[in-house]
Amino acid sequence: MKKKCIAAVTVSLVTLLVLAALTRLVMPKYMGSETEGALIAEYYDETTDHQVIFIGDCEIYENISPISIWLESGVTSFLRGCPQQTIWQSYYLLEETLNTETPDVVVFNVLSMKYDTPESTGAAEQREAYNRIALDGMRWSASKWNSILASMLDSESMLDYLFPLLRYHSRITELSSDDFTYFWSTDSVSYSGYYMRVDTLPTTEAQVSAKYASQIEPSSYEFGESSWLYLEKMRELCEEKGVTLILMKAPSVSEIWYDEWDTQIADYAAAHGLAYFNFLTMSDETGVDLYNDTYDGGLHLNCTGAEKMGTWFGRYFAELGLEDRRDIEPYATVWAEKTEIYDQAKAAQYAALSE
Amino acid sequence: MSFTSPAFVLFLAVLAVLYFVVPRRAQWPVLLAGSLVFYLFAGVELLGFLVFTIVTVYAAGRILGRWQERQKAWLRENKDAAREDKKAYKAAVQRKSRAVLGLTLALNFGMLFFCKAALLEPLKGYLSGSRVEFLSLGLPMGISFYLFQSMGYLIDVYRGTVPCETNLGRLALFSSYFPQLVQGPISKYSALAQELYKPHRFDAARVHMGIQRILWGYFKKLVIADRIAAAVVTLKGDGYTGAWFFLLTLFYAVQIYGDFTGGIDITLGVSQILGIPLAENFNHPFLSKNIAEYWRRWHISLGEWMKDYIFYPISVSKPMRSLSKSARRTLGDKVGRKLPVYVASFATWFVTGLWHGLEAHYLVWGMMNCVVIVASEELEPLYARFHAKFPSLKQRRLYGAFEIVRMFVLMNLIRASDLFSSVGTYFSRMFSLVTVWNVGELFGGGLLELGLNAGDYVLLALALGVVFAVCRASLRAPVRESLQSASPWLRYSATAALLVAVLLFGVYGQGYDASSFIYNQF
Repeated sequence: MKKKCIAAVTVSLVTLLVLAALTRLVMPKYMGSETEGALIAEYYDETTDHQVIFIGDCEIYENISPISIWLESGVTSFLRGCPQQTIWQSYYLLEETLNTETPDVVVFNVLSMKYDTPESTGAAEQREAYNRIALDGMRWSASKWNSILASMLDSESMLDYLFPLLRYHSRITELSSDDFTYFWSTDSVSYSGYYMRVDTLPTTEAQVSAKYASQIEPSSYEFGESSWLYLEKMRELCEEKGVTLILMKAPSVSEIWYDEWDTQIADYAAAHGLAYFNFLTMSDETGVDLYNDTYDGGLHLNCTGAEKMGTWFGRYFAELGLEDRRDIEPYATVWAEKTEIYDQAKAAQYAALSE
Repeated sequence: MSFTSPAFVLFLAVLAVLYFVVPRRAQWPVLLAGSLVFYLFAGVELLGFLVFTIVTVYAAGRILGRWQERQKAWLRENKDAAREDKKAYKAAVQRKSRAVLGLTLALNFGMLFFCKAALLEPLKGYLSGSRVEFLSLGLPMGISFYLFQSMGYLIDVYRGTVPCETNLGRLALFSSYFPQLVQGPISKYSALAQELYKPHRFDAARVHMGIQRILWGYFKKLVIADRIAAAVVTLKGDGYTGAWFFLLTLFYAVQIYGDFTGGIDITLGVSQILGIPLAENFNHPFLSKNIAEYWRRWHISLGEWMKDYIFYPISVSKPMRSLSKSARRTLGDKVGRKLPVYVASFATWFVTGLWHGLEAHYLVWGMMNCVVIVASEELEPLYARFHAKFPSLKQRRLYGAFEIVRMFVLMNLIRASDLFSSVGTYFSRMFSLVTVWNVGELFGGGLLELGLNAGDYVLLALALGVVFAVCRASLRAPVRESLQSASPWLRYSATAALLVAVLLFGVYGQGYDASSFIYNQF
């Protein structure tokens, strides 16, 4: 009997280890391609706290350079965003972040207010992929659990999140060398959450107008109930933690932002005493050229645009009175290193472009 | 609730705990409740069909049982009555009993016929938009299985080979025992009932064996059948003729083998956990050397049902005896002797075809089986003469292998009729085997355009290799039983390896349209 018990326990433990290793093997590593999938997890590699946390979708992680903020004002910041990050995902990501650190400022990009339910965000298959990108990278916590519950489509199951092998096992016949190379650890793909692209693919006003014209007008310009609910929760959470919440709309011209939406956000900000910046109308202040500082025809800024945004935010945070940490350790050392890596990556991308 | 869903695993775990925790006399009611809950997951509206069968079979069984008791009592009390009186009394009872049996069979088979007809136009169109539209979408779960099992019981009661069940709950459990609801096997009352009702102790070794068998079933279903299913779906499409059709018959054989035997493994494993042994439904069917043997090894319980309740009753019935007599007189002894067998065979295969569905292709499938079996029977003297000339041939392993391959190919061709709702399409594809020569297309990258990548083929080959190895080993000794006597390290490692293989290589989850079991549709 004793021998049986020892065998059963040992085999069970070995099986669990094997399953854990296989789970790691089949989970997407997001290296090489679709690197945005690795963004959420990068926050946990941070060794120092941040004065500013940016929360939002691609309009955050592709449009602002934290290094520029640092260079301009000595303010430490991090972007917590991933593709098509919904407002409920942003809320729970913020909740998780505020459980580990208390920044002075949180900046939330409001584009995701337009999505009220998981189903309204697009095709189910694509949404599920975005959910996995947003949620797989999070460490397990009550925030992650709640974010999964809020994000899941009908076709998804909590079991698949608890045991990712159930979701990704089919990759076993499609494994690439990356899955083995990055089995133990992955490379960093961002610069304090910023996804760098130095190339340029400009657009024109006429192209943007044509794109807007082809879009179907929403049946209602009113933001949905759950969008407001999560924005309110975000505001209350910041208030409770003593964090200043700032709302922003990034300067992405290819993504339509209706005046009616802008008015609702402006009214909400005014009603609660929050700052709101619509960067689509602030080119003069930021210096961002909406049609040329972009790498994908106006959807996202390129590095030049992101640095302009970073510089503007640096100035703004300095005006707000946020502490300049350029001479404070360990921030000075950590951010000097970050800046060096950032500059090298930028130079490498420019070099690759010129080849 | 599919056998392959997490919900089923949870359901089974909860039920098993309850089953072994409650006092033993309460075990069968727990099982009944569990079976009804399982059935309810398929849809509340479908429960009515199951209840109808249970109630009518119970009532008819009680009536038949009471008359049989009365007859026994009358015969006891009238021991000295004249033989003619006894005969007359028995005949009267039999007449009444036959009427009750006939009515119950007609009602139930009528219901089954209606449900199957509801899947066909024009009834399908007629039901569209009505309150019973759900009937036109698919058969009530397991109806062909629980109905045949229940009818078998009633016929046995009528024949006096089993006593009638006086407890409605117990009969309900016999009819609705949940592991069998999805795809059988169709059990006989005499074999299953007492196992269902008797108390069962928790036995860790038995539960482990049950889990092992369930995992083996999942392996065959999820790793093999559901993986190759994508290619089967593609190959059914237009333009896949000649060698592609041959490949389809091969792939479909693999799919249905994995699907059906895997499903039955899960059924038997679940039942083993609960301590209720069920009869095996397969005995290495692909090792058969002729079609008659194949049907003794494939879906054994359906074959035995057909034999017991269709073939034998018809072949020894009064009209058949008279037909045989008159045939002997007019056509000779040989024909007279064989005629009842062939007529009964025809009826059996006709009903077997109907059991699968009312669509023409199922009837064609049944008739093709019948024709091949009858032809084999008729050609037997020819074979005998051939083998008399070459007596050593049968001893050769190569000839044995040839017979197995011959049967496999022939059966695959017949089975492929399942895949085409149009009989014309099926025969034209079959015809293309001799008119279209396109083997080269298979190897010009065509295999990778069927919905399977190279990794899938490698995985399938490995998985089939494992199944084949286990199959071969089990010819010498039952593999799981042998494992049971091995060291616990090996035993548990085998289970763990199966679990890992299913989780890693199974086709399930997000992005896959989980295939239900093929035999679930009958």
